[in-house]
Amino acid sequence: MFRQATHRLLTRSTTTTTTTTIRRVFSTEVATDASSGDAAFIESWKKVAPNIDPPKTPSQFMEPRPPTPSALPSKLTVNFVLPYAAELSKAEVDMVIVPATTGQMGILPGHVPTIAELKPGLLSVHEGNDIKKYFISSGFAFVHSNSYADILAVEAVPLDRIDPAQVQKGLSEFTQKLSSASTDLDKAEAQIGVDVHSALNSALTG
Amino acid sequence: MASTAAVPFWRSAGMTYITYSNICANLVRNCLKEPFKSEAISREKVHFSVSRWVDGKPQKPTIRSDTPEV
Repeated sequence: MFRQATHRLLTRSTTTTTTTTIRRVFSTEVATDASSGDAAFIESWKKVAPNIDPPKTPSQFMEPRPPTPSALPSKLTVNFVLPYAAELSKAEVDMVIVPATTGQMGILPGHVPTIAELKPGLLSVHEGNDIKKYFISSGFAFVHSNSYADILAVEAVPLDRIDPAQVQKGLSEFTQKLSSASTDLDKAEAQIGVDVHSALNSALTG
Repeated sequence: MASTAAVPFWRSAGMTYITYSNICANLVRNCLKEPFKSEAISREKVHFSVSRWVDGKPQKPTIRSDTPEV
């Protein structure tokens, strides 16, 4: 499978002048104006059934993607969602700091499009002088070119809902399990426990 | 063309991302203060029945549940 990948990559770059290559469309180039419908489809429909109106395609029922503005927007639009509720829906904020696996990442308007996997940690939403903090269990953050940030988390709790006694108890329990773990899976589970509880601890104290 | 990206410790121990994410979420839920903790735990309770199909016929279903049998 991988031998073919290198072969295809080489042929794509070297044979553009001699043969026609199939050029795949990037998602950013796809037309965002959905109301007009797919032009090629409508054309071929009219050839086959000129007297019947062409049916609407699914993309015409969808809200089009918000366009990328030419000037840098002043606010970041954040959609912070959980499986059971939307914490923030299209909220205009100044900055969001997310706990990515590569470290705390600050997202400002005009941030380069990014996909970041999140680790258990603190998420803070900065709007003017208010900072709202949440502890996230894990998830993903997508930043799009139009300064929209989608943050998806499995569990997100405001810090005042966390019980410090439980956190300490859990930390000592899992540290103990880590030292006595035998199989790889047990070690991994204990390590996850230690990571989550120490992140909870530093979120509460930091 | 082997990929040389470092794998996270849970992946090398045979765990998938979903399992990892669910374990993290359960640990966080267990550390909540009282009214929120019972809300979160009751929200995540599941109750479903699974049956394997062999030769086009369902076999005996197994019931997976978080609610205790009455």
